[in-house]
Amino acid sequence: MSKIHVTTKINGDPTEFLCEPDETLLDVLRDRLGMTGSKEGCGTGDCGACSVTVNGRLVCSCLVLGAEADGVEVATIEGMADGDQLHPLQRKFIEHAALQCGICTPGILVAAKSLLETNPNPTEEETRYWLAGNLCRCTGYDKIIRAVMEAGKEMREAS
Amino acid sequence: MALDSKQVLDTREFKVVGTRVLRPDGVDKVTGKARFGADITAPGMLVGLVLRSPHAHAKIKSIDTSAAEAMDGVHAVVTAADFPNIELDDFTADVRDNCLAGAKALYDGHAVAAVAASSNHIAKKALKAIKVDYEVLDHVTDVDEAIKPGAPVLHEGGGNESVPEGSSPNIMARYEFGHGDIEAGLKKADRVLERSYKTEATHQGYIEPHACLATMGPDGQADLWCCTQGHYMVRNTCAAILGLDQGQLRVTASEIGGGFGGKTTVFLEPVAMMLAKKSSRPVKMVMTRSEVLRATGPTASSSVDIRIGMTKDGRITAAAAELRYQGGAYAGSPVEFGAMSAFAPYDLENVQTIGWDVVTNRPKQAAYRAPGAPMAAFAVESAIDELAKGLGLDPLEVRLKNAAREGTVASYGPTYPAIGLEATLRTAKDHPHWTAPLGENQGRGVACGFWFNFGGDTCVSLNITPDGTVTVSEGNPDIGGSRASMSMMAAEELGIPYEKVRTIVADTGSLGQNEVTDGSRVTFAVGLATIEAARAAKREMCKRAAMVWGIEPEAVEWKDGAAHPAGPNAGTHPPMSLAEIAEIASNTGGPIAGHHEANPEGAGVSFATHMVDTEVDPETGAVKILRYTVFQDAGKAVHPDYVEGQFQGGAVQGIGWALNEEYIYGEDGVLQNAGFLDYRIPVASDLPMIDTVILEIPNPGHPYGVRGVGETSIVPPLAAIANSVSAASGVRMTDLPMSPPKVLKAIQDQ
Amino acid sequence: MRYLAPATLEDATQMLGSDLGECRILAGGTDLLVRMRSGFAEPDSILDIKRIDGMRDITREDGGWRIGAAVSCAEMGEHAGLSADWPGVVEAAGLIGSTQIQGRCTVAGNLCNASPAADSVPALVAARAMARIAGPDGTRDVAVEHVPTGPGQTSLGKGEFVASIFLPARPENAGDAYLRFIPRTEMDIAVVGCGVSLTLDGDGTCTDAHVALGAVGPTVIIVEAGAKALVGTQVDDAALDALAAACSAAATPIADKRGTVEFRTHVSGVLAKRAAKIAASRAGA
Repeated sequence: MSKIHVTTKINGDPTEFLCEPDETLLDVLRDRLGMTGSKEGCGTGDCGACSVTVNGRLVCSCLVLGAEADGVEVATIEGMADGDQLHPLQRKFIEHAALQCGICTPGILVAAKSLLETNPNPTEEETRYWLAGNLCRCTGYDKIIRAVMEAGKEMREAS
Repeated sequence: MALDSKQVLDTREFKVVGTRVLRPDGVDKVTGKARFGADITAPGMLVGLVLRSPHAHAKIKSIDTSAAEAMDGVHAVVTAADFPNIELDDFTADVRDNCLAGAKALYDGHAVAAVAASSNHIAKKALKAIKVDYEVLDHVTDVDEAIKPGAPVLHEGGGNESVPEGSSPNIMARYEFGHGDIEAGLKKADRVLERSYKTEATHQGYIEPHACLATMGPDGQADLWCCTQGHYMVRNTCAAILGLDQGQLRVTASEIGGGFGGKTTVFLEPVAMMLAKKSSRPVKMVMTRSEVLRATGPTASSSVDIRIGMTKDGRITAAAAELRYQGGAYAGSPVEFGAMSAFAPYDLENVQTIGWDVVTNRPKQAAYRAPGAPMAAFAVESAIDELAKGLGLDPLEVRLKNAAREGTVASYGPTYPAIGLEATLRTAKDHPHWTAPLGENQGRGVACGFWFNFGGDTCVSLNITPDGTVTVSEGNPDIGGSRASMSMMAAEELGIPYEKVRTIVADTGSLGQNEVTDGSRVTFAVGLATIEAARAAKREMCKRAAMVWGIEPEAVEWKDGAAHPAGPNAGTHPPMSLAEIAEIASNTGGPIAGHHEANPEGAGVSFATHMVDTEVDPETGAVKILRYTVFQDAGKAVHPDYVEGQFQGGAVQGIGWALNEEYIYGEDGVLQNAGFLDYRIPVASDLPMIDTVILEIPNPGHPYGVRGVGETSIVPPLAAIANSVSAASGVRMTDLPMSPPKVLKAIQDQ
Repeated sequence: MRYLAPATLEDATQMLGSDLGECRILAGGTDLLVRMRSGFAEPDSILDIKRIDGMRDITREDGGWRIGAAVSCAEMGEHAGLSADWPGVVEAAGLIGSTQIQGRCTVAGNLCNASPAADSVPALVAARAMARIAGPDGTRDVAVEHVPTGPGQTSLGKGEFVASIFLPARPENAGDAYLRFIPRTEMDIAVVGCGVSLTLDGDGTCTDAHVALGAVGPTVIIVEAGAKALVGTQVDDAALDALAAACSAAATPIADKRGTVEFRTHVSGVLAKRAAKIAASRAGA
């Protein structure tokens, strides 16, 4: 199997990598680029722990080939904070104790950011359905939903 | 509301404990920096993969690894034959056999061989090149089928000395608890209910698959990085299996992506170490989700018979339960805990529980949050509800009438000190949820739950740095925020701000033995050791101040983060703060530290009452959770946010267990739903907010009154939901999960 | 394995005509990558159609809508015109997987994956959608129900792939709806699915109906008797009961880890009734 040369942008950084044709974007991020913030919980698109955006669209990076990343813009959890300034969602997750073990947290934050960009004022139900593809086994989702809605509120007030 | 519901019954004034500080690992975990099991690499690392049995039960006649070994890029292949020939205790021998099957593959997914190769591709090809000659045997996966005459036998030789002669060889142990005379008690009842209940196996469902990285040098020194609930357990188990000195193996616990009991044993680690030894390279192993579901965890499935007699005013006259739990292919289902906990919430004159530990061709069970208790509570709390309704009684009143209190002799033996069951029931009864109106096809259910809580071996080392800040080293992986709790208790005891303390989880080379993070023990036991370590440091700091002031150490007291002269002859020295004492420590005797090692008793049992509203679609059998409230005694809530989080998380795992989670086996004994698609854990849109009420009945066994809170919350939901479904639809569900086809059939058969 | 990403339809068909070994078409990849990971698919090559001109477009055509094979279901949901005309199809497409899956999955892929439980297919069938198939001999149009021929099997020939789906112009006073039953509220595969499309006349009498069931047979079941039960009625309770009975009678489900025969049979009728009510109200009843 010969490797494919991919030129892409990850969190704004121009990035090049070589990958196998059947290698997923998640594997590329974790194993080739050392970006282990995206997690693999299932590898089949059922848990959302590997959530990233590709050209602004929320996807599971385990269901995207690395080769498909050529010429696109990928955003991961590593690019969510602006330097030492946490994104409001990141802050609210800490303040609201919206994480226990933290393994699902990167994926949920990426998904929640995508929600608030699409729908800045989601209802609780909209928030729950948008995040239904992000499994969390620790929290029962209560504090996650509150944190996302609080972050949305803060972001609306700030804008 | 979950966020402002704390009811403080304790009067002691805390400054840090009880506040909602920010957790120290928060930033790392929201930025993706935190390193979990699969997030580490080592130079020259190989990929380790496991070959698993496709058969539920099969004799392994031979394994030919030669073709795999000959492949380019394959550096090691191991089977059970590669384990050193060491005599192990029964428990550890089973763990070893589960890591790599010996004579027989005992379940679908049982590991039979493993490879280490230079890439994932090559490792996968190598697995395919291993030839295993199986002789397929008959199998059994149901607990009741397994003990019938003629059932396939897993282990010749049967159970231990507790098992009566003539019992099924698949029964590994028998347990009995209770007091009084059941038959006499039942005679006094106005109504006797006899009913049987079944629950399916459920998986802990942590989102992080098992992962580890092993290195092992020719000098006999080894290092392991892994996600575990107890790296000291990993060290001891691996050292035993591999014949190493415990001191030569250093295990570092990664951040852990959930465990719920499922990471209290080893699956990959001894295998990774053997591969590392054989290849002389670091070996990393990460399970797939399918492997996690097929070959780790789940808890037991159960079959329980209940007999309860009740007078018409709701007094239980006798209560008996016979519990059969299958814990997979090896002895050790949590039926003993089930038998002990079944009637623990009640003050009973006549009570008896008998538990049978059964083996079947399923994965070896692992602990799952309050192991054994939820199934027992499902049966008992469903039966009590049915009796109460049959007699026209209020189910909360019936429970209050029979509730265990301080001084009650528990069904499993001990006499309770101060406990919180009655408080949870009374609070539930007064809560607006109890009287809120319900609509069509809606119902409300309640149930109680109990968990023992444990202590266990614990070491904490607390060090005062030269600039007057504090580091705490403890040996228990932090699953739900315990580093924050330890820092809080250290800060409270020392009288300094929380931000001046940083707690880390130390590797096995840094502290003495620590029991795994289980039994809701960490905030209690590690908290107690942290407080004691802080007290030791305070004594030393008082001594240093006494030295500076030239007075007796006994004439110095510690308050508000400083040493103060105290007593008539102490003089009028200005107080010396922790930072001031630390700054001159070098001149007053050297660095200052406190440490504490203990196996504390007095964990303090915990009780909860749950209340849930459901709506049942009479045309499809679908059950929707409308409203949920948890009432639980926390002793003292160190960090209320994370106490609420435990209540909510446990309740939701219980909701999954009650409604849709189950292990589904085909006729061939192969697991049919080894993925998150069909192993259906609750998703965000399935749920309402989970309201919580924290009660604080101090535990006399802890300096701050702390009780473990992590496990009790999964005990009541199964029955609470069944009771709610019964109220909503008129059908009494006695088989879990209450999946729509089952509920619809029950409605149609009504 | 090879990864190919042609930019034109011509290039794609030419590539597919060359020796690619076992070649799989990649659109959203939400089925293909799962199958590859589990070892159920080990293709020699993958042909990504997302970079082909026009594959990601939704365009007006003859009063209807042509949906490129690489249009994600999320993009369908965001398309106001399409959502207004065929809300049932858009809803069905919107039920496939999570938000993350929505960002990638396509109705063409859903169709070609040929799962009996595919959510969008009963809705597409009820809407009388056509698939445009590109291949070495040019393009051909077939009714969507003729694409899947059994679980995992399609009528596509060598080198052929679905290039677009066409939804016809929506008649006056017509409406469609799709409902499925799953144990949870999201993330499950349909245990039963039902698409209903119907047209009413000025006084609310049903003049045309099309009813399709999913997950209760090897391919989608078109329930003619169910449609007949509606036509000529005001979609009243008696008609809905007759529809339910017809759907339950037409269902030929298996029992598996997702549901029993009895459950699926009964729920086929329940969902048909509920979907027909929604479709009728959308049609202006």
